[in-house]
Amino acid sequence: MSNIYRKRKYAVIFLIPALLFMTVYLYYPFFVNIVDSFQSIRTLGAGSNNWNDPWYSNYVELIHDEVVWTSLKNTGIMIIATLVGQVGIALLLALMVDNIHKGVQFFRTVYFFPIVISATALGLLFNLVFLYDKGMLNQLLEIFGKTFLTDWKDESHALATMMIPVVWQYVGFYFVIIETGLNNVPDELYESAKIDGATALQRIRYISVPMIHNVMVTCITLGVTGALKVFDLPWTMFPKGMPLDETFLTGTYMYYQTMEAKNVDYGSTLAVLIVVLGVILAQITKRVFKEREDI
Amino acid sequence: MKDNRTNDIAPVKSHHYNAGTGIVYIILSIWALTTIYPIFWVVENSFKAKDKILSNSFALPIGELFTLANYKKAFGNLNIFQAYGNSIFISGCVTIGVMLVAGLAAFALVRFSFKGKALIGNLIIAAMMFPVFATIIPVYTMEASWHITNTDNWLLTMLSVILPQIAGNICFAIIVLRSYIQSLPLDLEEAAHLEGCSIPQIFFKIIVPLAKPSLVTVAIFSFLWSYNDLFTQMFFLRRPEMRAITRLLNELTSQEGTNYGLMAAAVTLVIIPVIIVYIFLQKYIIKGMTAGAIKG
Repeated sequence: MSNIYRKRKYAVIFLIPALLFMTVYLYYPFFVNIVDSFQSIRTLGAGSNNWNDPWYSNYVELIHDEVVWTSLKNTGIMIIATLVGQVGIALLLALMVDNIHKGVQFFRTVYFFPIVISATALGLLFNLVFLYDKGMLNQLLEIFGKTFLTDWKDESHALATMMIPVVWQYVGFYFVIIETGLNNVPDELYESAKIDGATALQRIRYISVPMIHNVMVTCITLGVTGALKVFDLPWTMFPKGMPLDETFLTGTYMYYQTMEAKNVDYGSTLAVLIVVLGVILAQITKRVFKEREDI
Repeated sequence: MKDNRTNDIAPVKSHHYNAGTGIVYIILSIWALTTIYPIFWVVENSFKAKDKILSNSFALPIGELFTLANYKKAFGNLNIFQAYGNSIFISGCVTIGVMLVAGLAAFALVRFSFKGKALIGNLIIAAMMFPVFATIIPVYTMEASWHITNTDNWLLTMLSVILPQIAGNICFAIIVLRSYIQSLPLDLEEAAHLEGCSIPQIFFKIIVPLAKPSLVTVAIFSFLWSYNDLFTQMFFLRRPEMRAITRLLNELTSQEGTNYGLMAAAVTLVIIPVIIVYIFLQKYIIKGMTAGAIKG
């Protein structure tokens, strides 16, 4: 390193603010949260020194809590919806855009823009779209001759009604990532394949898809971790797990227990569950979808 | 959307237009319609009375249908401007805070060599994985004990959101800025050093201007993330006059859940400024939001 930067005094001064933020707002609370999950806390903001009896009782409750299993199941469905819906649709759209010449920038702009809008506003918007009496969708179906109204928020529709907007919002995000990846594939590869007589489908199968392998791995990893963080849209459209606790995700259930049910230590326990789930899923994703070094 | 026709794509990089290309354009336009139309729909219905929204939502609000009542109500009943003010103040402070704290740290991590540098790098990457769910309860307890949350004091309440949001963004920002500063040549810094610049001067006068593209990325990412983050606001902004815009919207669902005209107007008021900003800054915004996923 250049001799300008011999004085380490400045390195320390410059790093202190970041390290303070990390310690005080990330590492310290992260470990306190684990401790909290073994204690008894009824009011948010109040500390506690009472250990649960037995100390692991929250974890016993966790296993016997049916809503936990519902929320785990829903989160699992959310992950699959993210991978198939968001990344899958994004891949198809990107492959198509890669084959056109006019309007590429337009599609980029239009597909991406739901991401900049707050999920809360989108939640309200979709509440109006899926309104029983009579939102956009029911009015539209009426025009096409449907004679009865569908309650999109009842038990049989709730999960789909909750996940479709979430999937819809982020398609554009993965679209831009994949499209950029496709742009980086050298044109010569396509040219020579064309000369060798490869069909469009073959070129996609044997050039595009393998060349963007690492981009897809990035998308899948982001999709899995992103699915665990979803909160705003589900909470706006289906607060408190309505109907009948059917729509809880791990994140919304953690919020519900902490803020609505005033079961703060149990909320901490659920947060620990979210962390454990995140670590396990990250490991699985890493094993199953390996990045390739050769491209 | 995902039928087999999507595979019959027109010849790759072909300059001819044929049926295949036409189908591709139709499918792409259908998806574009799904992103544009809902927004257009909510805007047009914000100018209609509730019963018209429920009976005639596809008609344009012209003539008899047109009303400004929803907006009068929105400005009368809701503190939209105050919520905007709070939101912009919070997100502005978060953005500046993240740029400064992360910029200094990234600079120190790139240009200086010292013991524990690799460890700090690993701690930053690990911290990026912490979900906000896992830290929020202790952070609330901690801030309650400092008396900066749940108080009458506006500035302190704002601070109670700003600080955790800065913390939530710095790790990612450091990683983005670090890789950019690494690519900067040392020559200018050496020249400045010879002319007697101190290290803080080198940082503010040389590094900051040179690293501007990556700082813009970080700024956009932090601002939008903070502006749209409902979860943190739900914990810390509990008093009506302290609400930021997403919190206000969320409150609206429980209080005015059946006043659909008002909801449409509120949604419009919240998303229109964002869309305008997006149209002007889309290139930077798309880059900022996908930074980290796209290398280079």
